[in-house]
Amino acid sequence: MDILVLMKVVPDVVEELEVGSDGKSLDTSFLRTIINERDDHALEQALLLKDKHGGKVTLLTLDAPDIDDVLFTALAKGADRAVKICGVESVQSTQTAVKLFGETIAKTPGLLPVDLILTGVSAIDDLDGLMAAPIAQQLGWPYAGVVTQVALADKTATVIKEFAGGVRGEYEVPTPAVLGIQAAEKPPRYVPVAKVRAAMKSQTIESVDAPAVEAATTVEVQQMAKPQVTGHAEMLEGSPEEVADKICELLAKRGLL
Amino acid sequence: MAGNIWIIAEAWRGQVSEITFELLALGREVAGQAGAPLEAVLLGSNARELAQKLGAADSVLYADNAALADPVPENFATALAQLIKEKQPAAVLVPLTNLSVDVGVVLAAQLGVPFLNYCKDLKAEGGNLTATCVLYGGKMEATVTASAKPAIIGILPGARPVEQGRSDKAATITDVAVTLAAPKVHFKRYLESEAGDVDITQKDFLVAVGRGIQTKDNLDLAEDLAATLGGAVCGSRPVIDQGWLGLSRQVGKSGMLVKPKLYVMLGISGAPEHVEGMKGSQCIIAVNTDAAAPIFNVAHYGVVGDALEVAPALTEKIKARKG
Ligand SMILES: Cc1cc2nc3c(=O)[nH]c(=O)nc-3n(C[C@H](O)[C@H](O)[C@H](O)COP(=O)(O)OP(=O)(O)OC[C@H]3O[C@@H](n4cnc5c(N)ncnc54)[C@H](O)[C@@H]3O)c2cc1C
Ligand SMILES: Nc1ncnc2c1ncn2[C@@H]1O[C@H](COP(=O)(O)O)[C@@H](O)[C@H]1O
Repeated sequence: MDILVLMKVVPDVVEELEVGSDGKSLDTSFLRTIINERDDHALEQALLLKDKHGGKVTLLTLDAPDIDDVLFTALAKGADRAVKICGVESVQSTQTAVKLFGETIAKTPGLLPVDLILTGVSAIDDLDGLMAAPIAQQLGWPYAGVVTQVALADKTATVIKEFAGGVRGEYEVPTPAVLGIQAAEKPPRYVPVAKVRAAMKSQTIESVDAPAVEAATTVEVQQMAKPQVTGHAEMLEGSPEEVADKICELLAKRGLL
Repeated sequence: MAGNIWIIAEAWRGQVSEITFELLALGREVAGQAGAPLEAVLLGSNARELAQKLGAADSVLYADNAALADPVPENFATALAQLIKEKQPAAVLVPLTNLSVDVGVVLAAQLGVPFLNYCKDLKAEGGNLTATCVLYGGKMEATVTASAKPAIIGILPGARPVEQGRSDKAATITDVAVTLAAPKVHFKRYLESEAGDVDITQKDFLVAVGRGIQTKDNLDLAEDLAATLGGAVCGSRPVIDQGWLGLSRQVGKSGMLVKPKLYVMLGISGAPEHVEGMKGSQCIIAVNTDAAAPIFNVAHYGVVGDALEVAPALTEKIKARKG
């Protein structure tokens, strides 16, 4: 069972985010980026399937700052091959990115055939659409998104999609297929830094030149800003004990104690 | 603006979902600005009576097809693509729920147009649509113009009040036909929500833990607080994904919708997918080390501090009061 995993880096939202001088994008001067959380789940799901069925897990991504760290970490976790598409700006409209991936997947030796292409279900910096569906469309493959379980057998992936209120749906998807992963069946595995360092020494990341595609976008950012808030919490200050006292007071006042 | 403003109605197991009415409310405003009619589109199988609930729209298109009985996004998208080519709407508003998001993205892929994501507000101005979209887990908002025709726009739950989109007016329904081939993806069955040990939707007091709780062991602090309050512990997605709490305890888009009397949040950032599930709580208290956490725009009371210190202190104080 061979699987291609698409992964991207996004700003770490635990850090303070600021708007850049253009007023339309993030200030990147102190920006720390990390793997998009859903992509970590896509990788884990691929590795779980590899643990079960064997086969090869290949990572494919657009070049971006810090992407090597993400790729080496994934290699250390058990992925077999990492390929990055170089020579393009890291930020692309989804439509352009889809063309870049579509062409690269079709033309780079050894990327196809695969049984599955896994992506994160969506990225937190995404404005103009989830990539998995248009990639599936381009390849003529089936697609399913918001997936939380994948079982492979006999040219068919049985997947569970999550709805709401804990209700889920079971689907059969003929492979090859593209799946947008919401959560892997198990939490993403941990890999010690020493193993990542070892991967950096022993493994390589392949670079391929970006295919020439026409950039396309019909979505334009006019302005970016921190959310304008209509309300803000009344802040309770002091030591944990003082804060606890204040909470007790307000709960008592509301008849909740 | 040439063309109608469309909202895609969502039916979920025999009911019109609440978000449909939120879309009707928002769509009404946009249609007003655009000087265009508001049209609702409902797809289903033997679901015509649901179309009657959509009277807030100027007109309703109802497509009935046996292939639309099950939640197969590809079928819904193919049906919509046919109707869009025929009727040429100016914009298509799609619910950003786990159920409908795939309809929107497959539709956009079929039509070769972008799918505007995370939209919480929308305006028609000078022949263009301007959307306000929520990025980076709620930490930023972008104002975006979409020049695609038609623009397919994913609307976040909560964009407008549900009540604003309900109407007693009789809907003007037009039946339309769609042709559907066998889909590539086959729906097999629903898996019902796991019989949870507790039903968090029925609790007056909830203590919600997020990634900020850091380890499974620290959940004890939340359990103690919940027990002292007479409530239950629930959590955000990362806590469930880690396996620290069962699926029945998840609050948010994919989880439960809760409206307790008190919702205490320990280390939850306030991403839109979580807020969706708890914003109706009567009293929300958030504890977070990050003073800029988006949850402080939602909570009634906020504490910038370490949940691992505040939770046990609060448990002690409440115990002392209750005696
Ligand atoms: C399709 C889809 C569906 C989703 N459905 C859901 C859903 O149903 N429910 C849901 O919750 N999420 C859902 N999500 C995920 C959602 O986008 C967020 O990733 C998630 O809600 C974040 O959880 P969190 O706030 O616990 O973690 P984070 O965003 O990582 O936040 C952790 C917070 O803890 C704070 N913190 C750290 N240490 C401490 C400390 N010691 N004391 C106090 N605070 C501390 C940090 O400052 C931070 O604000 C969904 C996502 C997608 C794409
Ligand atoms: N530049 C990129 N490089 C690699 N994968 C990507 C890229 N952009 C999007 N993806 C994949 O597509 C998923 C959805 O992203 P998005 O379409 O931006 O919401 C991500 O979680 C990734 O798995």
